[in-house]
Amino acid sequence: MAATPRYAEIRTSTARYWGLLILLALIAVIGFAAAHHMDVEGHHITGMNNQVVWGLPHVFAIFLIVAASGALNLASLASVFQRAEYKPLARFSAVLSIALLVGGLAILLLDLGRPDRLIVAMTHYNFKSIFAWNIILYSGFVVIVVAYLWLMMERRMHRWSRPAGMFALAWRLTLTTGTGSIFGFLVAREAYDSALLAPMFIVMSFAFGLAVFILLLLLSFRLDRRELDGAHLLRLRKLLGLFCTGVLYFVVVFHLTKLYGSQNHDFERFILVEGGVYTVLFWFFQIGLGSLLPLWLVYAPRLQNSVASLVLASLLVILGAFAQLYVIIIGGQAFPLNIFPGYIVDSSFSDGAVNTYSPSLWEFLLGCGGFTCALLIALLVIRILPIMPEKLPREID
Amino acid sequence: MKTELERVEPRPARRRFLQGAAALASTLIAPGVLLYISSHATETATKSPRWGLLIDTNAMSEADVDACVQACKREHGWQSRAGSKTDAQWIRKVGLSDPQSGHRRFLPMMCQHCENPPCVDVCPTGASFKRADGIVLVNRHICIGCRYCMMACPYKARSFIHEPLQDQLPVAPRGKGTVESCTLCVHRIDRDGADAVPACAEAVNQGGRSAIVFGDLNDSDSEIVKRLRKHGGTKLRADMGLNPALRYQGL
Repeated sequence: MAATPRYAEIRTSTARYWGLLILLALIAVIGFAAAHHMDVEGHHITGMNNQVVWGLPHVFAIFLIVAASGALNLASLASVFQRAEYKPLARFSAVLSIALLVGGLAILLLDLGRPDRLIVAMTHYNFKSIFAWNIILYSGFVVIVVAYLWLMMERRMHRWSRPAGMFALAWRLTLTTGTGSIFGFLVAREAYDSALLAPMFIVMSFAFGLAVFILLLLLSFRLDRRELDGAHLLRLRKLLGLFCTGVLYFVVVFHLTKLYGSQNHDFERFILVEGGVYTVLFWFFQIGLGSLLPLWLVYAPRLQNSVASLVLASLLVILGAFAQLYVIIIGGQAFPLNIFPGYIVDSSFSDGAVNTYSPSLWEFLLGCGGFTCALLIALLVIRILPIMPEKLPREID
Repeated sequence: MKTELERVEPRPARRRFLQGAAALASTLIAPGVLLYISSHATETATKSPRWGLLIDTNAMSEADVDACVQACKREHGWQSRAGSKTDAQWIRKVGLSDPQSGHRRFLPMMCQHCENPPCVDVCPTGASFKRADGIVLVNRHICIGCRYCMMACPYKARSFIHEPLQDQLPVAPRGKGTVESCTLCVHRIDRDGADAVPACAEAVNQGGRSAIVFGDLNDSDSEIVKRLRKHGGTKLRADMGLNPALRYQGL
């Protein structure tokens, strides 16, 4: 059984560490400046329009929110499923999930047409709206995970960390169900309208969150020259493989279900064959680079001990995640609504036509700003609080 | 012959208590009953209207539909530059071609003022709302500009204001960063009731024609219900169970 781990703040003060922090802060500031510019000028400076109403900021935001839920995986495995080998990583798992969620929410908020009306969103609730539920689920998640983190860190409170972990697990599964259902409940659009999106988003969260977790774990251990044994990485590698397979399974079932009935053939032809950028993103980036290649990198026998292959696999999973969310969110809106079945339709409002969207620099900067804001929070917290284990040596069984 | 029980006189204290309680109960309940009766009476006397439009596409040329769009722009002060993908379009001209026969027709497309509006369901703050008379509107004071209603609308009826606005009209207050759509000319309805004529209908119903009929779908004697009874009408995307207040003939 593993000994009780000892935790310590990251102590590095190299130019590399501070340089990284300053770079991240700079990108975050530029991102928020871009959001301010969008707010002043209006959304016409973005690529979004009256047909594609959600764009690149939403791809970034949903990635971060979904990954936030999944980043809590290792804490759940340690507290709820009593897997002692993951316990040393549980604190960082909680910190990262809060950081990612804050980054994602910042993007969503700053992309609103009226971000100054945050107080309205917090005081006026329409309880039939899945969006309103999510406002409660997201803010509740931060509170719950902060409490959970404290219970894990306070020795006298350890016995409460398991029930808190269970509650946090239930909450985050509900949260990701809510995020998937933002799209799943959209009955009017052929790209969505599926209960499958909720469980698919949950498995996506496992994979995306773990990929970000692995990269930041390796980065912080390297920055502080801490000892990390290969056995730990091997476990994370296997988990990543399992979650990637899960995502692939849901993607296949989702498209097979849509392909079966002829009513959705046009939509499937659009995404899988004729959709231009969406088809390339789907097959080349989501399936090829984002699913199959990471699976090979994770499972190839001669790469089992290669850290580089795990880093590459994690980066590719994140790349695939962005491609997948781009296809779901923007590809789903690009496909025209079928208001007049059986007719060839045209109008000044893009009826019957594929809707175009090309993201502007402002949106990209806002998205990057939220992402780096999340990384910045995580890297700062592990410097201020004893979150990271001092070392992860080979366990003695 | 009196039974034992009847011979026992109720004690004065208890009698007084029962009398008092009965009086108190009547005082409390009576106004409620009266209110219920009176409110019930008004409900049956003036059943809430449900305003709707019947659009006869057979009676409308392409120029008529253009006239509808122009009238709406003038009435509410919105513009839409050709080719702009960010300008608002409260109402638009849709061209339909039959792929077999090549037959072509045009119709005006706008908010369908659903009985079960998805935009109202998904709106996080309740800014999207439906009035008692069935008109679906956006409260621009609490709209946060999330655009979820635009994702949910099956008719693409809504527009987001992407640019700063100038020269707004008093009847149609608008705001950058919020969402808007056809109001069924609610300002005319609130002024004229059942005699109101929305701007689009006014534009096409020239010279005794009635290509667009406005009226109360709950009133069996209204022109719109009579016409629907006689010729029928199509609800767009009827399979979604939204029961829109706009009906089309000739589809």
